[in-house]
Amino acid sequence: MGVEGIGAKVLRKEDRRFITGRGRYVDDMSVPGMKYAAFVRSPHAHARITGIDKSAAEAMPGVIGVLDGKQLQGDGIGNLICGWAVSSKDGTPMKMGAYPALASEVVRYVGQPLAVVVAETRAQARDAADALAVEYEELPVVTKAVDALKDGAPQLHPEAPGNLIFDWELGDRSATDAAFAKAAHVTKIHIHNNRLVPNPMEPRAALGHYDMAEDHYTCWTTSQNPHVARLVMSAFYNVAPEHKLRVIAPDVGGGFGSKIYIYPEEIVCLWASKRTGVPVKWTSDRTEAFLTDAHGRDHETEVELALDADNKILGLKVETTANLGAYMSLFSSSVPTYLYATLLSGQYDIPAIHANVKAVYTNTVPVDAYRGAGRPEATFVVERTMETAARELGISPAELRRKNFIRSFPHQTPVIMAYDAGDFEACLNAGMEAADVAGFEGRRAEAKSRGKLRGLGMSCYIEACGIAPSKAVGSLGAGVGLWESAEVRVNPVGTIEILTGSHSHGQGHETTFSQLVAERFGLPVDNVQVIHGDTDKVQFGMGTYGSRSGAVGMSAIVKALDKVEAKAKKIAAHVLEADEGDIVIENGEVKVAGTDKKLGWHEVCLGAYTAHNLPDGMEPGLKEGAFYDPTNFTFPAGCYICEVEVDPETGTTEVVQFVAADDFGRVINPMIVEGQVHGGIAQGIGQALLEGTHYDDSGQLITASYMDYAMPRAWDLPMFKVSTTETLCPGNPLGMKGCGEAGAIGSPPAVINAITDAIGNNDLTMPATPEKVWKALNAVE
Amino acid sequence: MYETSYTRATSIEEAARLAAEKGEEAKYLSGGMTLLPTMKQRLAAPEMLIDLRHVGELKGITVDGRAIRIGGGMTHAEIAQSDAIKAVCPGFTSLAGLIGDPAVRHMGTIGGSVANFDPAADYPAALLALGGTIHTDKREIAADDFFQGLFETALEEGEIVTAVSFEAPDACAYEKFRNPASRYAMCGVFVAKRAGGVKVGVTGAGSDGAFRWSEGEQALSGNFAPEAVDGLTVPEGNMLSDIHGSSAYRANLVKVVTKRAVKKAQGH
Ligand SMILES: Cc1cc2nc3c(=O)[nH]c(=O)nc-3n(C[C@H](O)[C@H](O)[C@H](O)COP(=O)(O)OP(=O)(O)OC[C@H]3O[C@@H](n4cnc5c(N)ncnc54)[C@H](O)[C@@H]3O)c2cc1C
Repeated sequence: MGVEGIGAKVLRKEDRRFITGRGRYVDDMSVPGMKYAAFVRSPHAHARITGIDKSAAEAMPGVIGVLDGKQLQGDGIGNLICGWAVSSKDGTPMKMGAYPALASEVVRYVGQPLAVVVAETRAQARDAADALAVEYEELPVVTKAVDALKDGAPQLHPEAPGNLIFDWELGDRSATDAAFAKAAHVTKIHIHNNRLVPNPMEPRAALGHYDMAEDHYTCWTTSQNPHVARLVMSAFYNVAPEHKLRVIAPDVGGGFGSKIYIYPEEIVCLWASKRTGVPVKWTSDRTEAFLTDAHGRDHETEVELALDADNKILGLKVETTANLGAYMSLFSSSVPTYLYATLLSGQYDIPAIHANVKAVYTNTVPVDAYRGAGRPEATFVVERTMETAARELGISPAELRRKNFIRSFPHQTPVIMAYDAGDFEACLNAGMEAADVAGFEGRRAEAKSRGKLRGLGMSCYIEACGIAPSKAVGSLGAGVGLWESAEVRVNPVGTIEILTGSHSHGQGHETTFSQLVAERFGLPVDNVQVIHGDTDKVQFGMGTYGSRSGAVGMSAIVKALDKVEAKAKKIAAHVLEADEGDIVIENGEVKVAGTDKKLGWHEVCLGAYTAHNLPDGMEPGLKEGAFYDPTNFTFPAGCYICEVEVDPETGTTEVVQFVAADDFGRVINPMIVEGQVHGGIAQGIGQALLEGTHYDDSGQLITASYMDYAMPRAWDLPMFKVSTTETLCPGNPLGMKGCGEAGAIGSPPAVINAITDAIGNNDLTMPATPEKVWKALNAVE
Repeated sequence: MYETSYTRATSIEEAARLAAEKGEEAKYLSGGMTLLPTMKQRLAAPEMLIDLRHVGELKGITVDGRAIRIGGGMTHAEIAQSDAIKAVCPGFTSLAGLIGDPAVRHMGTIGGSVANFDPAADYPAALLALGGTIHTDKREIAADDFFQGLFETALEEGEIVTAVSFEAPDACAYEKFRNPASRYAMCGVFVAKRAGGVKVGVTGAGSDGAFRWSEGEQALSGNFAPEAVDGLTVPEGNMLSDIHGSSAYRANLVKVVTKRAVKKAQGH
């Protein structure tokens, strides 16, 4: 309805303040009397702390306090938790090592905080932090998960012998073995999924303020889920009682998952504020961000695919070793398990699947969800394997996929997920047409005449969003429910405030959520204010990740709008002396259908608040809340096709064409959806071509700045050709699936499939740097 | 960043005097594009910064026939946009336009770059191939003698790079293969052709900083064509090796990039 309703390309309301530099981020916040924190971080990847001498640091100018891990423990601050319990296949619970906010005995990765200095200025805090004398006894180091499992490897945690956190499986091993016994062809490959550093534009920050007069705490933090932060900080870390703690996540400049978790720094800032009696602010610098933001991916996988003589898939076997870093971050256990192995069926009808996942400690930064979280890893496994199988069998990759597509819904996979809707062939066809696959060989020949090797690669991804049905995730070990809440407050003048438990850190919620109101009541989006990110304003919420704000967050808003609409209609019917069922609301008017009787929207709203003429027994006011718990995951899917040209002399890859044909269900704002896809593809191409995280043998992160860690830039990317097809999700009122992660999930295998096609060597790991491609090319020549 | 003090010099003489008074603890500041990030990372901690950016004597470009002189305080952007240089030596202006990003080009200076001698900096390749001269407040030094090793030049403590000068060659070009992360040169090659022969300056690839590739020069002096270097091998032992490229890969790049530079130069 209207130019600003569902399906309209409404410009983002929030962009004026972002583009003009007027966003208000945590580092922009100040409180009278505020001082600054600097953290003392371990320079070693593994060492025992044998002594801390504070005298020099305490004597430095401006120092208010120097606090260490023993004091933190002494004050009863709890260890950090992992909120999803995953058990090994033998039934034993995961083996979690103690994760204190400040280390007091052993440090296990470079950058781990062990003390904090609070001082008058940022510079003084930093100088004093450098002056803290810490004695270490260095211990042996292991950074690769596969090495950490070997006999004689350095041991990180006494709780986890052999560094093994869990050895987990999903699917039916004997059914899968039986399927392989019947195979006419088996494709085997090794997959390395490279570790990534999230790099949101805004680094993390925290401002902790203990107000002694009120005995009340406030924490401003760069969080994707402030309510969860409050819950965890009060219930598990004992920083403050929940009713005395307000958590505010104001404008947040990107998260990509890395700002879901509650990190040591925000806990310590709150605690230090109470200890020192001053508000304490910390802002990460870029080096700290590289060293301490939770990283993503880092899997090693052996995969085998069994096919029959007719090229139908019989079974899939996957063995994965997942590096979780030195400690278990908040959702780390779910990423390589329930967010990964459950998607290994891809878009295909696979009768038998077995996946085994070992999660391992290493002396590296903790690894947790990063844009896509488990689904990019699954997609990379499935789509690299499909492409490889097609090449081995000598049939077209599109044909092999077509032959094995799931075509009827609902479809129960052998790995928990029940796909509710989709049309995979429609996406494949749309993608192939947009990519002009038919004309590819001509383009390849033309490139050859210029000395370039042209290749085409495809990826048909499916992922699970709308995270998630509370009961289902509870049965799988999640410590929280994953519903969402919303409140719609209609003001007496008819303007509307939407309070949501979702959190926007770049996604454009202020615009899309407003469009729901525009659609429903025909009001301009400018009459709607979206309020989020403050536990004192919004009652509760689970935050934003896993592309859940549309499918779950907006569904809660829809439920609340239903209630508002129903009440408004009752009031109008009463005033206009009409039947409630005859009332319609459109273009800001409340009308009796088929008559000229009507009220302005604002008149109904004012009437609700004057309460002069309400139906008998009706409460005054117009404000409704709702909780929405999804009934299933949602399943966005699509087909991505990448075309590259490789320069054989240097190994440089140029992405010359990138097509994305996605099915996100209902699209609320196509411009915002395109933007999400563009950003996701940029990150996916970044992973495939550029982003390599390297630790040296002593556990030093050698890619700890942009001098060595290559982020994708505009010139690394072509203009994307994106389009959407639409099969509605039956599980939620709007039919939405989610679009926030698809780009990053679907694109890496398309890129690598294209390069390996171009160079004729399938043995290539991400990131496919010029040198690696050059070597792979020379290996076959 | 550690605490430091800042002084703005208005003449070369004043800057040199301040530096002499303060000794080792003082550092000149030009564009700050190298020095300030190093200080922010606490890898350098000068007690005093002597700002050269307001010293008029370090400014200016003069082109007299084919003789080019560029003040040490000129920014990369000013050099890239100089029509006078471009008219006689377009390879040099195009090199300046390939340095870093717009912010870096508008702040960073040729004097700072030459004095710093990063092993992946672009200008040294050109100054070696052009047989350039580095002018200081004390003397003139040939580029071949000036650039000595990783971050090591002939500059003495407190010596200021006041200008660089060179004679425009008959043909020249710069080709840059970028490091995917930093966008510095992983291998940058400047070729300069004159009646007397061809010179090839290589940056980014050598383990000892920018160098002249003498085998390449000999081959190209005989036949100024990309194919001329086909049969040559670049010794891997002298190449840098890091996570972005092994010495074997860089050795390959030296050849490939040289060929591309020659092709570009032929186009002019
Ligand atoms: C993001 C980024 C990308 C970059 N990419 C490139 C690139 O692609 N190619 C490239 O070549 N460079 C690159 N640079 C470096 C850039 O060109 C610097 O500007 C240059 O190296 C130093 O020049 P400056 O004027 O900034 O010197 P400063 O940083 O001010 O000084 C550098 C050093 O030289 C000394 N110094 C400065 N001026 C003089 C002088 N006149 N006499 C004697 N000593 C002096 C200083 O004391 C200091 O030790 C990049 C830098 C950045 C930040």
